[in-house]
Amino acid sequence: MSKFNNSGYVRKESIWKKIIQKGLLTWLILLVLWFIASLYYTDDFLPSPLTTLKGAISIVTNGTLKEDVAISLLRVAKGWSLGVAVAVMLGLVVGQFKIFGWILEPFLSFFRFVPAIGLLTLFLMWFGVGEKSKVVLIFYATIFPVMVNTIAGVRAVDTSLVQAAESMGASGIRIFFTVVVPSSIPNIFTGIRLGLSGAIISIVAAEMLASQSGLGYLIYTSRMYYRTDWIFTGILTLGLLGFLADRLLQFLGGRYLKHFGVKI
Amino acid sequence: MYIELKHINKAFGDFKASDDVSFGIEKGRLVGLLGPSGSGKTTILRIIAGLEHQDSGDVFINGKLVNDINASQRGIGFVFQNYALFPYMTVYDNIAYGLKVQKKSRELIKERVRELLKLVELPKLEKRYPEQLSGGQKQRIAFARALAPNPQLLLLDEPFAAIDAKVRQELRTWLKDMITQIGITSIFVTHDQDEAIEITDQIIVTNRGRVEQVGTPMDIYRNPHTPFVARFIGNSTILSEYGRLKGFDADLSKPYGVVRPEYVKVSKYGVIQKYQNALEEGIVKKVTFRGGYTELTVDMNGIELKAIHSLNDEIVSLGEKVNVLIYQIYVFDDTQAYQLINKNLNDSSLYYI
Ligand SMILES: Nc1ncnc2c1ncn2[C@@H]1O[C@H](COP(=O)(O)OP(=O)(O)OP(=O)(O)O)[C@@H](O)[C@H]1O
Ligand SMILES: [Mg+2]
Repeated sequence: MSKFNNSGYVRKESIWKKIIQKGLLTWLILLVLWFIASLYYTDDFLPSPLTTLKGAISIVTNGTLKEDVAISLLRVAKGWSLGVAVAVMLGLVVGQFKIFGWILEPFLSFFRFVPAIGLLTLFLMWFGVGEKSKVVLIFYATIFPVMVNTIAGVRAVDTSLVQAAESMGASGIRIFFTVVVPSSIPNIFTGIRLGLSGAIISIVAAEMLASQSGLGYLIYTSRMYYRTDWIFTGILTLGLLGFLADRLLQFLGGRYLKHFGVKI
Repeated sequence: MYIELKHINKAFGDFKASDDVSFGIEKGRLVGLLGPSGSGKTTILRIIAGLEHQDSGDVFINGKLVNDINASQRGIGFVFQNYALFPYMTVYDNIAYGLKVQKKSRELIKERVRELLKLVELPKLEKRYPEQLSGGQKQRIAFARALAPNPQLLLLDEPFAAIDAKVRQELRTWLKDMITQIGITSIFVTHDQDEAIEITDQIIVTNRGRVEQVGTPMDIYRNPHTPFVARFIGNSTILSEYGRLKGFDADLSKPYGVVRPEYVKVSKYGVIQKYQNALEEGIVKKVTFRGGYTELTVDMNGIELKAIHSLNDEIVSLGEKVNVLIYQIYVFDDTQAYQLINKNLNDSSLYYI
């Protein structure tokens, strides 16, 4: 609106507002605090932002970071997409058909509270130390939030929409695909987003405990070389990746699923 | 009878939402289901549509018993109170829904949707989503969608409830014209008596899950059969001591009376010479200008009632002493209502103002 206002004062105010709104100010303050705090400690204990930047540049230029990021992302992408596909289908069925609900829900409500990391040892035994166990782990971490949200979505479908379809002669199957599924999309989408954060958390933990590669491995092993700056770089990269991935999902959701009621 | 309900009962827990409901509707009629909130109007509509199942009783459509026929097989169009348009579909897809169910060809669907959009006078909106429509537009689209599969019966649940007064008035007339033009048998729910009286051919008055009276709007208005209808219809004032009014004798078996403002004539004190033994005295307690007329509240020795005062009549003001003439009232016992005409008036041409 201030676009139409020629007063410089108002414009300045709106720029500040924007900076605060976008969270830039928060980051700036954190950066300053980090810098001040780092003055009191050695670089091994708490590296300064500048040291961290130098460390980051070194692992970016030698390709280590890129490689680890790529490996972690690939694992997440595999396990997560598989998890989403299975969980959405299962969730739709469980939500819609009472009988599947009765059968699957006790299992669901039990394993929901067992974190993926708790099962890592078992997965390593069953699926080996290679990629398979990691993908299974991500898969496991993804399916619960996606399923739980999908089920909730199906059960929250507006009954008047179902009845409207019914009164126009639609069969049960048609109602399922033309009313239930589209109405559940906002919830499914929320589940998918939650699933992604769960997947990233789990893969990093798994890589720390049982892997020779990936971001988690980088963070974990840097400790042995006293490269606290690399640990910081790894952590920052992790946060940034999660943030970007979620932003990308939100963008896609807002763009293609707007009419299903997905709000960003 | 095209639609017939016979002894329909439906309870939700202990609560009887339909209590021995029976009525019939002829083909091609526009029928209003009128009653206060919670009186069971929606329940009746949903039972007819097959969206709710009665505990006992029969529903016949076109002579056929439909008790065991699913909603999806009944061929009834239903317009929901909240429109229930699919929010994730365009207007076009919403209207096309029922046609796709019927597996009509693409060209046919296209043609029919265009035709309906033209009918509801919104030809340019096919690409819009429901959230991009105004309340009145949603209403029309919901109407078009219900009509698309060519139902034999159209049910509308408070179609104008969420629309503001002005647009509502327009839509009402529009709907009436539309339904008459198509000639489809329709039942529409409302708790607004003006709406029911204005646009329907027949009114079914419901109260506490029961049908109180079935009749033409004129009939319901002029000859209320039950105490409830007498009180509910019109802008009625309840009189507990009607025997005190000149020209009306108290009947102990019918202890209550109601009077409607249009049966009460207020005039300047001393102007009317005739009907001296029917003329009351009163004091004007309230003057409410209603646009086309003025509504007066007069106090007659402790009995307060409302009267319509035409703009052509001489102006009376607050606190003024006036003459009041009551043409007729309704009196009732526990089950029935009766019309009681002021016996001291014998000039019948004066009954209705
Ligand atoms: N599914 C239900 N479960 C329990 N009670 C119900 C149910 N549906 C309706 N009722 C009750 O039955 C009564 C009649 O409801 P109904 O919806 O038919 O009323 P209505 O006349 O349409 O009212 P309104 O004008 O407020 O829409 C109400 O008291 C309501 O609370
Ligand atoms: Mg209702």
